[in-house]
Amino acid sequence: MNVDPFIDPHPNLTPAVLQGLGWLYLVLCAMNLWWTIRVYREDKHVMVPVLNIELPRATFWALYTSALMIVGFMHVSWTNEDYIDRFPLVLEPGGPFQTTIDFVVANPVTYFVISITGTIAVLLFRKFLVKPTVGWILLNAAVLFQALSMTDYDFRQIVGKPDNVPIVALLYLVGGFTWLYFYKAVENDRRLAEWDGEGPVPVLENDENEKVLVWPDLVYSELICMIAITTLLIVWGIVLEAPLEEPASSAKTPNPSKAPWYFLGLQEMLVYYDPWLAGVVFPTMILGGLMAIPYIDFNRIGNGYYVFRQRAFSIITFLVGFITLWVAMIILGTFLRGPNWNIFGIYEYWDVHKLEALNNVMLSELFYLDWFGQFLDMPSYGNDDPLGKQVSMILLRELPGFAVIGIYFVALPPLLAMTCLRTFYQRMGYLRFMVFTQLLLWMAALPLKMVLRWALNLKYLVNIPEYFFNI
Amino acid sequence: MSVGDYIRGSQIWKSIFRHPAPYDRRNRVVVMLTNFFLHLHPVSVKQQGIALSYTWCMGGITFFLFLVEAITGVLLMFYYRPTLEWAYQDILALRDVTTLGIMREIHRWGAHAMVITVWLHMYRVFLTGSYKPPREFNWVVGVLLLVLTLLLSFTGYLLPWDQLAIWAITVGSNMARATPVLGHEGPGFQLLNLGGYDLITSGSDARFLLLGSRFVGEETLNRFYILHCVAIPLAAAGLIAIHFWRIRKDGGISQPL
Ligand code: HEM
Repeated sequence: MNVDPFIDPHPNLTPAVLQGLGWLYLVLCAMNLWWTIRVYREDKHVMVPVLNIELPRATFWALYTSALMIVGFMHVSWTNEDYIDRFPLVLEPGGPFQTTIDFVVANPVTYFVISITGTIAVLLFRKFLVKPTVGWILLNAAVLFQALSMTDYDFRQIVGKPDNVPIVALLYLVGGFTWLYFYKAVENDRRLAEWDGEGPVPVLENDENEKVLVWPDLVYSELICMIAITTLLIVWGIVLEAPLEEPASSAKTPNPSKAPWYFLGLQEMLVYYDPWLAGVVFPTMILGGLMAIPYIDFNRIGNGYYVFRQRAFSIITFLVGFITLWVAMIILGTFLRGPNWNIFGIYEYWDVHKLEALNNVMLSELFYLDWFGQFLDMPSYGNDDPLGKQVSMILLRELPGFAVIGIYFVALPPLLAMTCLRTFYQRMGYLRFMVFTQLLLWMAALPLKMVLRWALNLKYLVNIPEYFFNI
Repeated sequence: MSVGDYIRGSQIWKSIFRHPAPYDRRNRVVVMLTNFFLHLHPVSVKQQGIALSYTWCMGGITFFLFLVEAITGVLLMFYYRPTLEWAYQDILALRDVTTLGIMREIHRWGAHAMVITVWLHMYRVFLTGSYKPPREFNWVVGVLLLVLTLLLSFTGYLLPWDQLAIWAITVGSNMARATPVLGHEGPGFQLLNLGGYDLITSGSDARFLLLGSRFVGEETLNRFYILHCVAIPLAAAGLIAIHFWRIRKDGGISQPL
């Protein structure tokens, strides 16, 4: 095969990319056409400040829609390979936009801070976010961000991997359904606040809630749904070929080696906890905790409708668990973790030689050497010492870690029962409260260990390599 | 008499459906009671219980994807042989030469989609508070179904026997060797010993049980094949039956009071 030395092996733009993006812009244009008509029918007007004229709101959406159409056609028609470099790119490769985004996401600290503040912001500003216009603008922003990013070679390498496509879909689906949830919950909260307690609960779900026959009302929607899903799978199957790499070889370890995407949250946990915790204990706790939910949630109201205020605590806990600690970790593991499990920006080349300084320390070292080094010696033993002495030395060495963990799991629950979770304790009873706090503490254990790692470079609280026991 | 009426009037048709077509109210009720597939459903439901914006249809889609996976999976089984010699070759042929090789694509994308829809289903059941009494136990059944869905996906991932497959399974199953007490690199494995001899070694620990070998090899392929094609689907089908039965017994889809 002749390779033209002047052809960039990692081209940001190719005719196929421009074609694909063109169609994406045209689809977005069609969606916005529908939206413009909707807004036009509402017949609302706004004053344009400087010009001092009143225009229908739809005018702005119409302008945006036309712009999308022009951009779309421009992409679709730019098929000449030789002029590909002259395509007026909006996103400069390596420009300030890309560098800023990479700087922010390619760092576990900022990444985690953003995902947690994002969750909090959604909770705080829910009333604003559920306005249809705001939702629509967010959707457009997400699609545009993705479309623009697709003009970057490295971004395409990860996002376009056939097995990663579902994760992109997952992002939009989780975002969309969360929006839908808040849309209904905010409305129901408002109605419940005004309710005098008479008659059936005045929630959205009780409007127009007559009995209907399953045939035809349900069976027909099921049929349509089945046809839609079948079509989707067939089209997906035609467009994207299932991946097949080289034949298996136990001699050639790929770098990075990744678990299937739905387990990447657990693999990400391996950065902070040893396999026995991240791979065995945490999954068990997650599943046990999920099964325990109906038995520890003592709040009987809020069954059968979307609501926030009546169930704020349980909803917040679940959102943090599902979005921040599960979905966001999967995104991190899939899109940002590269060779040697280093973290890379979304526009960054996966360089196998990228080095990250690792100078992690143990709590025992911090305790006996740094903090109290003047007064204490690190307990140690020789290999010839009797077993009893070895074990007691190990225990003494790891005493600080055991103390921290003991306080966390043993002393904290009663403390919580007496202070901020007092009402919970009274309503739940002893056993239920203990199970509940243990699960909550396990859930918080991941972000806490992350913070300890970033703040103190702490690797293990308890470190007994002699018995594979590290926490 | 139109052809349609002729067919619907024939003895064969009547023997299958046992009543006239569901054109009027009476027969729309009867069809739900006499048809095996439809009798999963009640005869009538509250409008909101079937509103798309309420259920997101995610449980239904998950179930449909399960059926799609079963059908495409059986078709793939006619072609695929789970041995080191043939596994990869068969997948290669499915891609390059086999008519209907697209079954592999549908099966794989369907599996990814099922993981997503089962999560979203759980998400909506939580957000509508539908796990609350009397539906607590069905939520537990649901969590078990979630585990089975993930395990189905995981065991299937190995079958193409390419680099992607064995390394993903290696990474995943390496966790098992760190199982406390039962994994040969887990904390406390030394506890199980007889007269100084460790009972838990790389040839007898939890990971060995999972893989049938010390590393991902031919025994693993066989083990995962059987789990993937027989054991887990049967378990999932059984639990889905219980799940659906319980939905009816617990009073149908949750409703505001
Ligand atoms: C293979 C997996 C599953 C299948 C095929 C399935 C199927 C279904 C279907 C068809 C429904 C009817 C309502 C709807 O579509 O939303 C339903 C309801 C329900 N599912 Fe599942 N499900 C699965 C997994 C789960 C999981 C993971 C959970 C929770 C952890 C769960 C908990 C429930 C509960 C509590 C209901 C009753 C909801 C209500 O009354 O509103 N299911 N399931």
